[in-house]
Amino acid sequence: MLGYAMRRLLSLILSLLVASVVIFLALEVVPGDPAAYMLGLNAQEDTLAALRAELGLEGSKTSRYLSWVTGMLSGDFGTSYTYRTPVAGMIADRLWVSLPLAIYALALSILIGFPAGIWAASRRGTVVDAGVMGITQLGIAVPNFWFAILMVFVFAINLRWFSAGGFAGWDAGVLPALKSLTLPAVALALPQASILARIMRSSLLDTLTEDYVRTARAKGLSRAQAIRRHALGNALIPILTIIGLQFSFLLAGAIIIEKVFFLPGLGLLIFQSISARDLIVVESVVMLLVFAVIAVNFAVDLAYAWVDPRLRGRR
Amino acid sequence: MKLLRIGIFAALIGVSGAIAQARDSIVVGLQLEPPHLDPTSAAAGAIDQVLYANVFEGLTRFGPDGSVNPGLAESWTISESGTEYTFKLRTGVTFHDGTEFDAKDVKFTLDRARDETSQNAQKGLFEGIEAVEVSGPLEVKVTLQAPEGNFLFNMAWGDAVIVAPESIGDIKQKPIGTGAFRFKDWVQGDRIELERNPEYWGEPARLESAVFRFISDPTAAFAAVMAEDVNAFPAYPAPENLPQFEADPRFQVLVGSTEGETILAINNKMEPFDDIRVRRAVAHAIDRKAVIDGAMFGLGTPIGTHFAPHHPDYTDLTALSQYDPALAIQLLAEAGFEGGFTTTLKLPPPSYARRGGEIIAAQLRAVGIETEITNLEWAQWLEEVFRGKNFGLTIVSHTEPFDIGIYARPDYYFQYDSVKFQAVMTELNTEQDPAKRSEWLAAAQRVISDDYVNGYLFQLAAITVADARLRGLWQDAPTQATDLTGVYWEP
Repeated sequence: MLGYAMRRLLSLILSLLVASVVIFLALEVVPGDPAAYMLGLNAQEDTLAALRAELGLEGSKTSRYLSWVTGMLSGDFGTSYTYRTPVAGMIADRLWVSLPLAIYALALSILIGFPAGIWAASRRGTVVDAGVMGITQLGIAVPNFWFAILMVFVFAINLRWFSAGGFAGWDAGVLPALKSLTLPAVALALPQASILARIMRSSLLDTLTEDYVRTARAKGLSRAQAIRRHALGNALIPILTIIGLQFSFLLAGAIIIEKVFFLPGLGLLIFQSISARDLIVVESVVMLLVFAVIAVNFAVDLAYAWVDPRLRGRR
Repeated sequence: MKLLRIGIFAALIGVSGAIAQARDSIVVGLQLEPPHLDPTSAAAGAIDQVLYANVFEGLTRFGPDGSVNPGLAESWTISESGTEYTFKLRTGVTFHDGTEFDAKDVKFTLDRARDETSQNAQKGLFEGIEAVEVSGPLEVKVTLQAPEGNFLFNMAWGDAVIVAPESIGDIKQKPIGTGAFRFKDWVQGDRIELERNPEYWGEPARLESAVFRFISDPTAAFAAVMAEDVNAFPAYPAPENLPQFEADPRFQVLVGSTEGETILAINNKMEPFDDIRVRRAVAHAIDRKAVIDGAMFGLGTPIGTHFAPHHPDYTDLTALSQYDPALAIQLLAEAGFEGGFTTTLKLPPPSYARRGGEIIAAQLRAVGIETEITNLEWAQWLEEVFRGKNFGLTIVSHTEPFDIGIYARPDYYFQYDSVKFQAVMTELNTEQDPAKRSEWLAAAQRVISDDYVNGYLFQLAAITVADARLRGLWQDAPTQATDLTGVYWEP
C-alpha cells in the first residue's frame, strides 16, 4: 500500500511540474498587454511604460517563470495586475464559493444518481427501469445552462423563492449562503446525477451476473440483499472514477453556470482575468485547478486500493 | 444562442407580484466590475460608473445634461490671457477619513496626475498645466502653458477627481473621497456597497445606502431585473428585451444619449484606403439605419462626423455620406477598383461591433468590397488594431467625451494626418470666446467628414432599465457615471 501511494505521489509531482511549464508558456504566447488593457485608448506611452515597470512585466521569461513557481511553493501567488491584491487572497475568496458549490452539486448528484441507478438495476426491464433511463437520457442531453435559465424563470422570477443569482456570502449565515447556491447546484448536479445513475445501473447489472452474486442468491439471499451485501461494493469501482472526474469538472467547469447566476467563483475569475490579460491570476488559478484534478485523481487511486485489495500489492 | 435563451424567457414570463422594498436603499446592476477603485489610474469606465460623483468629486463636475458645473471649486476666475485659472474652493469639506480638504489636496492631485510616474489613463488632460500653486488655504492657481478652452471641462472628468495624500496608498481598495456617499465594502466579483456620508458638504443624498452588483451576462441581467433583485441597470446590455420592460408597469426604460461615437474606423495609411475615393465609397456603401436596426434594435442616433448629436455645437453631416451603393461602386471604379478588393474587418467584443460587423460586411460586399471578419478580444484588439495598426477596417465606439481631438494625432490608430485639421484644433484650443469656439468646432467636424476619415455610424444610446418608482436617475450618459446623489424612491 505504501509503495503504491509513493509511486502515485511521484507521478503527481511530475505532472504538476509539467503542467506549470505548459501553462506558463501557453499564456506567454497569448497576444495582449495587460497595461494597455487597463489604460485604454487615450493612454500615453510614458504612462504605459510606468505601469508595465510597476507590474514587473519587463523581466525575462525564465526569471518570471522561476519567481512564479518558487513563489507558489512558498504560498505566494503574486499580485494581480488589475486588482492589485494578492492572488492567493482572491483565489481563497473565490474558493469559498466554488468549493462549496462543487461539493453541494456532487452531494446532490450522488443523492439522486445512486438510488436512481440502483432502483433501475434492481427493476431491470420494468417500467421503472425504462423511466429512469429515459429521464437520465434527458438529463444528459439538456445543457445545464438552459436548465439553469429555466429554473431562474420558475423559481426566481415567477415564484420568488430564490433570487435570480448572486451570492449572499457566508457572513450572512450558512442558510442564506446555501440558499443562494441551491439553484446553481441543482443545475450542475442534474446532468452529473444522470450520468451517475446510468453508470451505477450498468455497473451493478454487470456485477449481478458474476458468479459470487449467483452463489449469494443460491444461498437464499433475496435480490435486494444480494445487491446490498455483495454486488454494490464491487460496482462502486467504476463509479469512483466517474465521481473523481465529476468533482474536478464541477470545480473547474462551472464557468457558464457561474455566469448565469453571477456567482463570484473561480470560473468567473478566470473568465475576467483572461479578458483583462491578468495573466498571473489565470496562471495561478489554472495551476490550482490542475492541482485539484491531479490531487482528486490521486485520492481516487488510493480509494481504488481501499475498495479493491487486489490493487494494493501490484502496479 | 443568446437570442434563443432570451426567447425562452420572453415566452414563459408570467405575472408576479411586487414585494415591498426598503425605500432608502438601492441595488444597481452593472455589467462590468471595476478592476480597482482608483479612478485616477485606469481607463476602466466601471470605476467611474460606481464612484464618480458618488464617492469622488473634482474641481468641476458634469451635470446630467453634460454641462460643466462647479464641484469642489465653488467659483473660479480666468486671467485675461486665458492661461491662469484661480479656483476658490468650498469651505467645510472633509474627506471620508475625516481629514480636511484644502488647496494642498488639489495641488497634490494635479501634480500626481502629470508626474513622470503617473499612471493616469488620461494624462493628456493635464499636459497643458505648467504649474499649480497653493495661493491660499482654499485657493489654487493653475497656470497653463497656453490657453486651453477645454480646461474646466477636462477637470470634470473622472480621471481628474480630487484625492488626498493621506489616503492615496490604499485608494485602489479603499477609496476615500469627498462625495455624498462613502465606500463601505467590496466583495470582489460580486458587489460594492456605498453608504450615505452624513458629513457631506452639500445637499445630502436621499438614499441611505447603495449596492452595485456585477452581472456580466445579458441574460442574467435580464433575469435579475425581472426578479427585482436589482432596482436599476444602467448601460443595460440587451436592447432586444426593452419592449418587454416597456410593457411591464413595474419598470421604466430610459433611453438617452452617450458620448460614444460608434465608427467604422478605416486605416487611412493603408492601401487602398489612402485614396479618399475608396474611403468615400465605403461611407456611401453603409446604410446606417440598417446597422442601427440590426445591431442595436433601432436604438442610436445616426452621425455623420465624430461628434455627439446632443452637443449644442453638433453639425448634422450625415448627408455627406448618404447611403448610395451606386455612387460607391462608381467611386471604386474611379479609384481603379472596378472588381472591388478584399480587406480585413476586425471586431472587438461588444455587440454593436459583432452584430454591426456582419451587417456592414454584407453592405460592403454589395459594392464589391469583400471583408475577412476576425473577432478579437479587447486585449487582442488593443494590441493588433490599436497599437499594431494592423487592420483595414474595425468597428469601435469612442466613449470619451469630446474626443474629436484624436483626429489631430497622426499616430492614432486610424492614422489620419491632416495639417488642415491640426490647424483647426490648435485654433480651437487657444480660443476662449464661446461663439468663435463654436465656429471652430463646426469647422473641425466638417473637415473630418469631408475627408471621409472613418465611416460614421451612430451615437451609442444610453439605456437604463429601472424600477418604475425610482426618480432622479440620469437619462443621458455625458460621462460614464451612475450619479446617485439625486436619486430617490417615489414616496
